Amino acid sequence: MTRVKRSGLAAVALVLAWSGGVAAQGRGGQGRGGDGASATAKTVAPIDLTGYWVSVVTQDWRWRMVTPPKGDYASIPITVEAKNVGDAWDPARDEAAGEQCKSYGAPALMAVPTRLRITWRDENTLQVETDAGTQTRQFHFGTWKRQGGSATWQGESTAEWERPRPARGISPKGGSLKVATRHLRPGYLRRNGVPYSADAVLTEYWDVSTERTGDQWITITSTVEDAKYLREPWVTALNFKKERDGTKWDPTPCSAR
Amino acid sequence: MKSLKLGALVVAGVLVSVPAFAQFDLTGKWASRSGQDAMERGPGPDPVDYLGLPLNDEGRARALSYDYSLMSLPEGQCGYHTPFYIVLGPFALHIWNEFDPVTARLVAWKIGAWVDKDAQTIWMDGRPHPSPNAPRTYGGFTTGRWEGDTLVTTTTHMKATTIRRNGAPVSDHATMAMYMVRHGDLLTIRAVMEDPVYFSEPLVRSRVWALDPRGNLNLGNGVASPCEPIAELPRADVAGFVPHHLPGQNPFVNELTEMYNIPVEAVLGGAETLYPEYRKKLTGYVPPAMCKRYCGCGGLGVPCIEDGSGVPK
Repeated sequence: MTRVKRSGLAAVALVLAWSGGVAAQGRGGQGRGGDGASATAKTVAPIDLTGYWVSVVTQDWRWRMVTPPKGDYASIPITVEAKNVGDAWDPARDEAAGEQCKSYGAPALMAVPTRLRITWRDENTLQVETDAGTQTRQFHFGTWKRQGGSATWQGESTAEWERPRPARGISPKGGSLKVATRHLRPGYLRRNGVPYSADAVLTEYWDVSTERTGDQWITITSTVEDAKYLREPWVTALNFKKERDGTKWDPTPCSAR
Repeated sequence: MKSLKLGALVVAGVLVSVPAFAQFDLTGKWASRSGQDAMERGPGPDPVDYLGLPLNDEGRARALSYDYSLMSLPEGQCGYHTPFYIVLGPFALHIWNEFDPVTARLVAWKIGAWVDKDAQTIWMDGRPHPSPNAPRTYGGFTTGRWEGDTLVTTTTHMKATTIRRNGAPVSDHATMAMYMVRHGDLLTIRAVMEDPVYFSEPLVRSRVWALDPRGNLNLGNGVASPCEPIAELPRADVAGFVPHHLPGQNPFVNELTEMYNIPVEAVLGGAETLYPEYRKKLTGYVPPAMCKRYCGCGGLGVPCIEDGSGVPK
């Protein structure tokens, strides 16, 4: 093979490696695209979700800031079975049963007006706390296996990073957090008793964007699937604005009313 | 030498075929999937319902002067909303792109019109925004750029119109940003409207669509929105007649308070009302015993209150 031919083939190989090979990294979970075996979800995080964030309630105000009347199912694609459960909603009964947190489960929690405190619990667990209802969610990356035991309001969440596809040899900044939550204790999608079942599955995409003003926002695209109580997946998008510090953090207990 | 040429050709070919950095394909028909804002999206907001809007005093005063009958004036019927209506309105999105026929580079994304929203062009070719003194249109002038997997747009030069269908205003000094991100077959758009005239802080809303070739595009093609005004009210074609409410005389101010027990201070909007701590000012709130209208159980095949009569049908 002549030197010229070798040069040509080398150029072809280089280009193929540059375009297809790199692009094939695509999306991935913890560790992919990182720096080897020592990479953790925290070290390879393409976006920074940590800090204090606040709900900005510009949507569904009448259904989020106050408890809507019994029988108000607007925006939720409920089944007849869900309507029957919702029509029997009784907050006094929930209080008597010690179930004031039924509307603070993972499928409903991010719609509750609240502040979020997001921290890394360990190298592969992102923790999201709310001051409203003092709830804690944990997003587990990598090879985490569920612990078993009773279902909980916040269920069990597995997480992975999604990254922009590299192109022309360049990996763009940014990415998203994908979270899947299962093993949920049955609760309410809305404070007025719209139910979700133990088989409900919550899938979320967490995106961060920075505005012209420098303000940072989290947008959570959320899908709840529940064959028992939903005719189709319930899809919402919720916004949180970053706060400078935790001075407005104000833990309050769950309320059934 | 032939091998070198072959290599050069492959390089050129691959560079042309690889998409611009991180961009997603947004083309197609996207059906609304948002399980939010059903009343605003469906029957429409009550005449005085500014819940969740960061109106300042001037915006509130302008909103309270609005009379729904304005839409019946022939000259008012073709007044569209701004592109912000994308995250408010009920319809599907039709998105397509246009390329330069010579360079094959992306020139613009297009978002089709609705019955009450103009088509929108998102210029991607780096052209500047017009002079601040350039004429306004309902669709405004929009440029876009990719930040990772997010298409970020900036819109200027929008006409003064309403930000909510009940007359809550937005001025022609407003600017808008959109953050469009795709997750599989879901498209999420977060829109931010800044208005130094009528808002005390930016209005931020989000909405989700799903890729669906059967999406309800309204008006058939989702590309253009023709408008043919006609006189709808007996007095609407009388010259100089402008439906309105004088200051302090809007008859609907207390309607939401009477129906839902929500304090009128919250009904009239304002930045303070958007944050969790405002709930402490609502401690005396007691929900109505039962939902009496637009209760969201239509289509279930069981009795449901949907029409405002308060009677399940």
